[in-house]
Amino acid sequence: MRIRVRFSKTGKIRFSSHRDMARCWERALRRADLPVAITEGFSPRPKMHFGLALSTGHESLGEYLDIDLTEPEGSDLDLGALPERLTPFLPPGVDVETVSIIERSELSLQEAVTVCTWLIEIPGVSPEELESNVQTMLDATTLPVTRERKGKEVSDDIRPGIISLRVVGATPSDAPERGALLEAELATQPRSVRPSELLAAFDPPRNEGRVCRTHQWIITDGARREPIPAHATSRAPAEVGAR
Amino acid sequence: MTDVWPQLEPLLAKVAKPARYIGLEDGARTPHHAADKVAWLLSYPDTYEIGLPNQGLQILYEILNENPHAVAERAYAPWTDLEGLLRDRNIPLFSLDSHRPAGLFDLIGFNLSAELTYTNLLNMVDLAGVPVRSADRRPEHPLIVAGGHCTYNPEPIADFLDLVVLGDGEEVITEINEVVRDWKKSGRTDGSRENVLRELSHIVGVYVPSMYDVTYEGANLVAVTPRYPDVPERVEKRTVADLAEFPYPKTQLVPITEVVHDRLNVEVFRGCTRGCRFCQAGMITRPVRERPAEQVRTMVEEGLRRTGYDEVALTSLSTADFSGIEKLVGDIVQSTDDGPPVSVSLPSLRVDAFGVGIATQIQRARRTGLTFAPEAGTWRMRQVINKLIREEDLYSAVEAAYSNGWRRMKLYFLTGLPTETDEDTLGIAELARNCVQLGKAHTKSPSVTVSVGGFVPKPFTPFQWFGQNTVEELRRKINLLRDDTRKSHGVQVKWHDPKATLVEGIMSRGDRRIGAVIEEVWRQGGTFQEWNERFDLDLWTSAMAAHGLDPEWFAYRHRTEDEVLPWDHLSAGLHKDFLWQDWRDALAEVGLPDCRWTPCYDCGACTGYSIEHIVASATPPAGGSQGTGQDLGSSVPVTLLGRAPVGTVS
Ligand code: SF4
Repeated sequence: MRIRVRFSKTGKIRFSSHRDMARCWERALRRADLPVAITEGFSPRPKMHFGLALSTGHESLGEYLDIDLTEPEGSDLDLGALPERLTPFLPPGVDVETVSIIERSELSLQEAVTVCTWLIEIPGVSPEELESNVQTMLDATTLPVTRERKGKEVSDDIRPGIISLRVVGATPSDAPERGALLEAELATQPRSVRPSELLAAFDPPRNEGRVCRTHQWIITDGARREPIPAHATSRAPAEVGAR
Repeated sequence: MTDVWPQLEPLLAKVAKPARYIGLEDGARTPHHAADKVAWLLSYPDTYEIGLPNQGLQILYEILNENPHAVAERAYAPWTDLEGLLRDRNIPLFSLDSHRPAGLFDLIGFNLSAELTYTNLLNMVDLAGVPVRSADRRPEHPLIVAGGHCTYNPEPIADFLDLVVLGDGEEVITEINEVVRDWKKSGRTDGSRENVLRELSHIVGVYVPSMYDVTYEGANLVAVTPRYPDVPERVEKRTVADLAEFPYPKTQLVPITEVVHDRLNVEVFRGCTRGCRFCQAGMITRPVRERPAEQVRTMVEEGLRRTGYDEVALTSLSTADFSGIEKLVGDIVQSTDDGPPVSVSLPSLRVDAFGVGIATQIQRARRTGLTFAPEAGTWRMRQVINKLIREEDLYSAVEAAYSNGWRRMKLYFLTGLPTETDEDTLGIAELARNCVQLGKAHTKSPSVTVSVGGFVPKPFTPFQWFGQNTVEELRRKINLLRDDTRKSHGVQVKWHDPKATLVEGIMSRGDRRIGAVIEEVWRQGGTFQEWNERFDLDLWTSAMAAHGLDPEWFAYRHRTEDEVLPWDHLSAGLHKDFLWQDWRDALAEVGLPDCRWTPCYDCGACTGYSIEHIVASATPPAGGSQGTGQDLGSSVPVTLLGRAPVGTVS
C-alpha cells in the first residue's frame, strides 16, 4: 500500500536541505522498522516519493511524502500510531502530523500540487508601506522577470503565478528583524514562482526574512484541497506549527 | 550572552551549507552547564563535514558528558563565508550543541590529525576571543588543549597550546578534568593559570609546552628542558590497556547533513604492529588491542538499530588482521539478514587478506568503492618500507574483486620514499596496468585509479631521519608516472600537490621556531590550507623567509643519529635505538615480521608500559604474506652500512 505523510519542518532544522531531509527520512524509516518497499538493483533504496522541494532555510507547516509499504491495505499496521512512531526518529523540528492511505493511481505530489501558501517576513518595511506595494503588484498586468538559464538570459512573466497577496500585519515578536508579514499564494505550475522572485519583483525589491510554507493545494474542478484529506488520522491542531 | 543563535540565524540564510552550523544530530546531548562542572568545547580545526565523524572527539564527548563534573559541547571551523559575517558583527565562535560562545568554556580541546589545519586552530582560538599565544592568556581565558596524532611533535604549535595530550584520551581526560575543576572552584584568580598548568604537567601523558626551555646552538636545536624540577623531563604517552573497557561511542552522532564516513563506525582494534616504516599511526599506537568480537557484534547491532544507517565500517589501521575477521563479517551480515540490506565496509584492508570470501560478504547491500594500498611499486621498495605485500597478493585480491562484480578500484601509493629509484616509481604504473589487464576478463572497461601521495617523514617512525624529496623531485616522479600511463587504457593517475607535501614536511618535523611562521600565515589569511583551492605555498615561503628560516633545512635535510630531534622530550614508548635499527634495516632492504605472531623485538611500546598485545588469535590470518614463511629480505648485517643515511637515488 502507499501512504502519504504530512509533516512540519520548523526551527533550526529549516537550514537542512531537501537532500538532507531525504536521508533523514531513510534512516527514520529503518529505525521505525516500517515494512518499506525497496527498489531493485545495484543500489537498493526505500521507495519514497517527495513532494515539491522546500528551499534550504524555509520552514513549513505542510510537507508531504509518499511511501510504498510492502504490507497490503487492511493489514494490522496501525496508521493512527504512525505519527507517534516516526517523529522521535526524525530531527528536532520535524513533526509527523498525519498519515493516510492513498491510491497508487493518484497523481504524484509534484504533479498534483499546483499552489502553495507562504508566510513571508519582510524586514525593514511597515505593514502600511507594504500594503501599497502589494496593491501596485496586484494592479500590474504583467511582472516581467529575467533569469539565467543555461547561460542565457530568459525573460518571463510571474504575474499569472501570483494567486493572491495579503499583508497580515507586523512580524511576530520573535522575528530576528522588525518588518511586515505577507501571506502569498503562489502557483507551482505551469511555472512555479518562488518567494524570492516575488520579493525581487516588488518596487523597490524587498529582502526575504523568514519564510514558511503553510499549505500546499491540489485544485480539482475549481475546488481546492490539501494533499491529505480532512478525515485522515490527525493530532491535535495546537501542536501543529509549535516552534 | 550564552546563546548566539538569535544573531546567527539571519546569517545562515546567506552562507553555503548552513546545515553544518545547526547541530541537532541524533546522539547530541543537551548540555547542562553549572559552576561545579568543567565545560569542554571539543573542536576540530576543519569543516563540519570533515570534523564531525572524528571518532576521538566523539568518544571524549561521551566520556565527559557521562562525568557528573563535566559537560562537553562541540565546535568546527566555520567556512570563510560565515567567518567573514561573524567577524563583521563581532559574533564569536560558538558550540553546535547550544550555540554557546566558545570563550565561556573552561577548555577548548582540538583534535589534530593533519598539519595543514594548524592555521585553522589559530583562527578558531582567535574567533573564540582568546589570545592566540598562550603567554598572552589570562585566568579568564579557556585553556587550549590539543590531542591527536599530530601532537607527537607539537613543537611548531607549542606557543599556542596550553597543554598537549599524548596517546589515548579515554582515561587522561578525567584526570585533567579533576585538576581544572579545582582551579575553577578556586575562582581562577590572578596568576593561577601558571599554577594550574604546572599541576597539569604532573599528569602522565600531559605536556605543558610553557614549562620547558628550548635551547639552540646556531641553527641547531640542542635541548628542550623542564623549567622546574617537578616537571617531567620526558612526557610519556597514555595507552588504554584494554579496549573492551571503553565501548565508545555508544551513541555515535548521526549528522543531519552529509559528512565524510557517513555511516556507523565501530573500532575493532587499536594499534598495529605490521611495522610499515612510513606509518606514524602504526608506530605510535602500539601495541595491538583487539575489541572482543562479541562486543563488536553488540556495538554493530545496537548501532545500526539506533542510527538507521545501512552501512557499518569496522575500523582500525588494518581491519583484515582482526582475529577471525571473516567470521565476524559473516555474523554481522547474517544478523541483519531479515532486515533491510546492510553493507559492511572494511577500510584499510590489506590486499593479502581480500579473498573471495570477504568480497562476497561485503558486497551484499551496496558495492562501495574498493581501495587497496600497496604503497610502493616494487617488491624491493616494499621491503624498504616493510609493507610486505607480494605482487601475487595484489593480483589475487584484484581478481577476487572483479569476479565479484567490482568494476573500479583505487590503488594508493607513496612516492619520494627512501632509496626510491625510477624503476620503483614506474613499477606503480606497471602494477596498475596489470590490474586493468586482469579486469578485462570480467568487464569491458575496467578502471584503476592510482592515487599518489608525496612521502612526508613523521616523528617516531624509522624514517624520521630521512630528508624528504624536493618539490621538483616529486613533480618529476609524478610526471614520469603520467607519461608512462598516458597510453594505458583504464589507468588514471591522481596526485597530491607536492607543494603541500613540502609544507606538511616543515611542520611534521619542525621545532618551535615554526610557530612564528604558522602565526604569520594565519595573519595573512592562510586558513583552510588543507583545501586545494585555498592552499598557497607563497604565504609559507615568504613567512619562512621573513623569520630567517630555510624550508630546505627543515624538510629536505637528512638527520644524523646524534641529532637532537624536536620531539626527543616526548615518548611514544618506542626506544630511539629500535627506530634507528629499523631505519638501518630499511636501507638494507630487510623486512621485519609482525611481533603479534612472532617474538617481541622490545620496541618499548609494551615493555616500557607493562602492557601487551590483546589478540584473540595467536596465528596470523590465512592467506597473508606475513608469518607464511616467505623471504622477508636479505640478511645483510647492517653494520656493513655506512653511518650516514643514504640519500634518495634520483
Ligand atoms: S614491545 Fe614487543 S610486542 Fe610490544 S609492540 Fe614492541 S615489539 Fe611488539
